[in-house]
Amino acid sequence: MTTKTTAVESASSKASRTPGIPHHAWYAPSKLGKYFILLIGTLLTLGPVLWTISTSLRPVTESLGASANLIPSSLDFGSYREVFEQVDMKLLILNSVLVTAACAIGQMITAAMAGYVFAKVDFRGRNALFAIVLATMMVPMQVTIVPVFMLIRGMGLSDTLLALILPAIPTAFGTFLMRQYFLGLPDELSEAAQIDGAGPWRTFFSIFAPLATPGMAIVGILAFNYHWNEFFRPLIMTISEENFTLPLGLVSLQGNMGTGSVATVLAGVVISMIPALGVFMFGQRTLREGLTAGSHR
Amino acid sequence: MSAAPVEPVMSQAIELDQAEQDTRRRRKQSRWFATLFLAPTVIGIGLFTVIPIIASFVLAFFEWDIISNPKFVGLANFTDIATDPTVRVSFLNTILFVIAAVTLQLAVALGLAVLVQSKMPNFMRSFFRSVFFFPLILSAASVSIMMSYLFNQNFGLVNHFLGKVGIPAVPWLNSETGAIVMIVLVYVWQNFGFSFLLFLGGLASVPKEVYEASSMDGASGWRQFWQITLPLISPTMLVASVMAIIAALQIFDQPYVITRGGPGDATRTAVMVIYESAFQQLRFGRASAIGIVLTVLIMLVTALQFRLSRRFVFYS
Repeated sequence: MTTKTTAVESASSKASRTPGIPHHAWYAPSKLGKYFILLIGTLLTLGPVLWTISTSLRPVTESLGASANLIPSSLDFGSYREVFEQVDMKLLILNSVLVTAACAIGQMITAAMAGYVFAKVDFRGRNALFAIVLATMMVPMQVTIVPVFMLIRGMGLSDTLLALILPAIPTAFGTFLMRQYFLGLPDELSEAAQIDGAGPWRTFFSIFAPLATPGMAIVGILAFNYHWNEFFRPLIMTISEENFTLPLGLVSLQGNMGTGSVATVLAGVVISMIPALGVFMFGQRTLREGLTAGSHR
Repeated sequence: MSAAPVEPVMSQAIELDQAEQDTRRRRKQSRWFATLFLAPTVIGIGLFTVIPIIASFVLAFFEWDIISNPKFVGLANFTDIATDPTVRVSFLNTILFVIAAVTLQLAVALGLAVLVQSKMPNFMRSFFRSVFFFPLILSAASVSIMMSYLFNQNFGLVNHFLGKVGIPAVPWLNSETGAIVMIVLVYVWQNFGFSFLLFLGGLASVPKEVYEASSMDGASGWRQFWQITLPLISPTMLVASVMAIIAALQIFDQPYVITRGGPGDATRTAVMVIYESAFQQLRFGRASAIGIVLTVLIMLVTALQFRLSRRFVFYS
């Protein structure tokens, strides 16, 4: 009991030094117990990825044994050479980069435009239109995929990268995020611009668009992460290997190879994780904000 | 005498006229602007989401293999999927998966969030936050490949460690229970970070004075958790559960890559039968019908959220 009271006291004194982060002391297990659980969690979370990286760097013979040594006996980049020979990695990477970049840039631009109008330009039926856009977020993609596939086929785009890009650019969630962002910017800005004689175009491009870049970054990073990793749509929309994206290429490589040269496939998996790691290192906060933004509706 | 008073009225009228023209021009400009700026999103969502939703509902009453003309079959697709053992077992699998995965995901996420949110140096808090969020940014397909290797029956690391504690090698992919457990573990490993982030946000909003007051009343740790923390974060709990359920109902990547639905139909899910009906058997109407059933399930969960949030959830 006494230990608990001290825990609360020290927690509150700590909290007063770092405002904004409340400290909770409802439980007062031994500090050891707490850090032990967190350490186990960390090992279980990072372990599989570290193990994969380590295996991709092992000599092939060693990758087949179940030795529990995390560190390879010797570094061998053979699996990385091998994966480029087994499958057209350059093309897979290029396809993934193209699709991801086009989706991210397209979403950033269109969501900023629509979000701005929904937030700042008054017109009849605006709220009803926005409600429809929001409602489409509730419908799972698997329901629309069949008609979208037909539509893409009808447009003569089946088995092209455009089949992956075009339907992914209009974004209800991105529009919702950008509308929130523009609502946070004061109306006085546009009133001042109008008094100066600026039309709607100049008001947007010279005042609001530059202020909205942080919001656009959230939309862009979310789109990047989602489309770099996505598997379901590429699986349906592409047929020939020359249009595969990286996740699809790796899964088909795994299917072709069996368990024999598992290190080769894992080398490909590690390569596919690199951009995600980049986002994680440099845009983690933005990504976190964006991911949880949908829950504050 | 007669012209003098008219003069100011005239000029006022001209001014008014000009002001009106000005607002009219501005309004016209603004209408053009709004139309052009909304066009890509509104037309795009109309074309690639709204029309497909309607088309999907219509298609569900037809038989169509793309090659021959669509044939109206009434409710045949629905009666077919209601009696088809594969579809039934897939939906059952999906629901059981949702219950297992979401329960585990929320428990792990809440436990870790409470620990991370407790008293500790700031650099450690941000370290743990980053770690538990990390799997979320990876591709489910890549993670599934990776995990197939780790769960390999003969040389996988998981069985290696289980062997160390005296558990014989588990045939993860060749036994029904093994495959289901593995899919749940792989899914939760990748997705608990999302609920974890939501819980962190929820816990941060609980005022610490509440804890101080209850400690003074002599409430112990676990009692504080059940009587204070849990009720106070119930709005977060509701949102986190609903989002987790909706996401888990749509599981596809992991079973597709790891088991292809096997062994037998043990890990076949609702979205997998949509995929197989449409793109392997070319029964597009039937696929649409299954999709509609899944959508209805998702809508029910959303509706439940609205009801529950009005009734049970405590808002401070």
